[in-house]
Amino acid sequence: MTARRVSTRLALLTGVAVGLAGCATQSDTGDAAAEQYPEQQIEYVIPFDPGGESDVTARLQQQALEETLGQDIVVTNRPAGGGTVAWSDLATGTTPDGYTIMGANLPHILLQPLAQDAGYKTEDIKWAYIFESTPNALLVSKDSPYDTLEEFVAAAKDKKMAVGGSSSFSANHMGTLALDQEAGVDLTYVPFDGTADASPALLGGQIDALMSYNTEALALQEEGAKVLAVASEERLSELPDAPTFKEAGYDIVDGAWRGVAVPPDTPQEIVDKVADAFEQVNQDPQVRRRMEKLGFHLEDMGPEESAEFTEQRLADARELLERFDMLEQ
Amino acid sequence: MPADLSQALADILAPSMLLLVLAGAVAGMALGAAPGLSATVGLALLLPITFTMDPTTGLVLMGAFYMGAIYGGAFTAILVNAPGTPSSIATSFDGFPMTQQGRSEAAIIGVTVASVVGGLIGVVGLATLAPLLAEVVLAFGPQEYFWLGIFGLTMIASLADSMVKGLAAGALGLLISTIGISPVGGEVRFTFGMTDMQGGVPLIVALIGLFTVPTIADMVLDPEARSAAMAKEAERRERGGVLRDTLRTVLSRPVNLVRSSVIGTLVGILPGAGGNVANLIAYNEAKRTSPRRRNFGKGEIEGVVAPEAANNAVVGGGLIPLLTLGIPGAPPDAIIYGVLLLHGLRPGNELFSEQGVLTFTFILALAVAAILMGPVGLVAGRGLQRAVVRTPTHYLAAGIAVLTIVGAYAVRNNPLDVVLMILLGLAGFGLRKVGLPPPAIVLGVVLGPIIETGLGQGLLAATDQANPWMSFFTRPISIGIIVLVVIGLLWPVYTRSKDRRSQDGARPRSGSEVAP
Repeated sequence: MTARRVSTRLALLTGVAVGLAGCATQSDTGDAAAEQYPEQQIEYVIPFDPGGESDVTARLQQQALEETLGQDIVVTNRPAGGGTVAWSDLATGTTPDGYTIMGANLPHILLQPLAQDAGYKTEDIKWAYIFESTPNALLVSKDSPYDTLEEFVAAAKDKKMAVGGSSSFSANHMGTLALDQEAGVDLTYVPFDGTADASPALLGGQIDALMSYNTEALALQEEGAKVLAVASEERLSELPDAPTFKEAGYDIVDGAWRGVAVPPDTPQEIVDKVADAFEQVNQDPQVRRRMEKLGFHLEDMGPEESAEFTEQRLADARELLERFDMLEQ
Repeated sequence: MPADLSQALADILAPSMLLLVLAGAVAGMALGAAPGLSATVGLALLLPITFTMDPTTGLVLMGAFYMGAIYGGAFTAILVNAPGTPSSIATSFDGFPMTQQGRSEAAIIGVTVASVVGGLIGVVGLATLAPLLAEVVLAFGPQEYFWLGIFGLTMIASLADSMVKGLAAGALGLLISTIGISPVGGEVRFTFGMTDMQGGVPLIVALIGLFTVPTIADMVLDPEARSAAMAKEAERRERGGVLRDTLRTVLSRPVNLVRSSVIGTLVGILPGAGGNVANLIAYNEAKRTSPRRRNFGKGEIEGVVAPEAANNAVVGGGLIPLLTLGIPGAPPDAIIYGVLLLHGLRPGNELFSEQGVLTFTFILALAVAAILMGPVGLVAGRGLQRAVVRTPTHYLAAGIAVLTIVGAYAVRNNPLDVVLMILLGLAGFGLRKVGLPPPAIVLGVVLGPIIETGLGQGLLAATDQANPWMSFFTRPISIGIIVLVVIGLLWPVYTRSKDRRSQDGARPRSGSEVAP
């Protein structure tokens, strides 16, 4: 597979060179290519490690995608820098022919360019489809003295509390900052390497609370952890006893949204075909059943809706980071 | 539960299942032996194949593959100083000198025994003590990981002849590990504005660069040295008895085997540390306590047995937090977690009760794979060793060079990693010339993130204390590890004076003589 990728890359480089040389005719051939898309195998790049939630989702979709598009789908992992390396490559160095598509996550693609020199801008990420979400959830361990969000917030006003979560400038981090702002508290956010890395710290009592996702909350609940609140508009069917932050009067709706993106100059026809394929995959009964069992919430946002949603979330994220003085200098 | 266990036993002993375990273990060995292609990369390549299988078959194949890959990493560590996976770093410390002395066959036999024993002890730990040992995971907080990393650093004393150069090399490794996005806080460091550098330098790339590239250079610059070793190896085989002698040597020192396996199991349980840390700690403890410690680094078979027993024990140990709590104990476990999730299986009690047959079949498959590695290793493994030894140096050097490039690229599918590997290789070659030991640099790269993350998280998590730094000195387990650190620092001083005394005693005293 690796060798094949090397040769694909060489072929792509050659393709770019030929394409540049024959710019005049490019639009004609581009249209034809878009019409016949897909004619060959498609590489579905996941910018994270194998075994994580983004990777698992892609592999759940793989078979249904192959059936829909009629071509082989190869899932490749390109983990590095929390996604920045792969996304900046997508934004600046990937041939826009639809044969390389890439998983993309909110709020990662909002926060990375806001907080650091990420090598890409949020606008560079061209969505084809957003297909699932995992809302934030706030948890405490079973030995914790707090049973409700109100008790937790009241205690946080008197003493310093450590709240763990998955990495810096992530949905968990933003969720913690949003709670700081809405409830007028000053929580200390402790970033861990990933969602699974943060969980033992909660169960072992190393931190006072954990801002995680509904999926991990489901698993931790079995270990006796208490879910104090979820960051969704309404209560979640898989965690029916957990109130929303909104019920407590805090306007916090946050979490991670996952979708698939293409290079910025990809012809609209190809983008639409990719979007249609993912829309159909989301209808596949087996995919639906498996995703729902793991706690993923299916979303159906096409290219335009995804872009609008991203713009709106970007404004919120910028405001939040500005308030905490975390924007890139 | 006993019904599940006997059902699982019947399942795993079915011929088709045994064949699957054998195929998985052999494929794992082959892939693990390729430098750069770690168990994690191999399991990721297997993922799409297992996805089409039923959960039991898929997990059995992956388990056997994982066990085999960790064992396979030893081959290239011994034969060409190229640890096939980060779990075999320390295996090269004595394994490659053995090859240079024409004793590679003995080394291969030694690691085979060690891997079987280590693999089995890890699986026994998983099968019998899983719920109990899972508590260890929860007791280990950021402060403990910090001290574990510091404890690992004391190993520099035993890796370098000169303390100053050892410390310099270790510090260089720590610095390399800070490149990229910081684990706590998310700052971008030392990337010189290159986005591609934000992911930092992967351990495998540093490992291939610092260990293997200089070895290739040596082969090219001085092919005669290898020919001499090949001649000695052939001579030894003529004489015969290598298998019997080696088995006797290794099995007559069971303490090393068991201690290293227990270290591997315990380190495997900790989610923040895996085979890459376990093999180094086991090596160091073997060296510290062995009466033959002065031979370590110069081709001592105990030095290859210890890391290989430990890294295969990590397989069973790492699955303990995964199966009981859903927390991967080592990087390859994350992929096995993915397989469980793909099949809609949630780790935890449910896995042992409702899915008992599946879980026990998986655990038994690991044990069967560990046992099968014995005969496979002694036959196919020695065959590979013979083939490598007989390969003319100019072919071997070129072959390894190609493998290192593929391996470096495969880590993250990023061409930059090939460039980094070559640059580090040139640096490693030069630094070795000035006496900075590459193993100490790699030690820094392995431990840097553990120390930094532990420190950062520990200070943040202790936010309610007046002085968060104090949390590093007041937690019981931390204090225990601090004691180990102090012992680790004082031990070399103690053994050095003891060695000197025993030398003085052996020799007639002459006032003016100075011990070497």
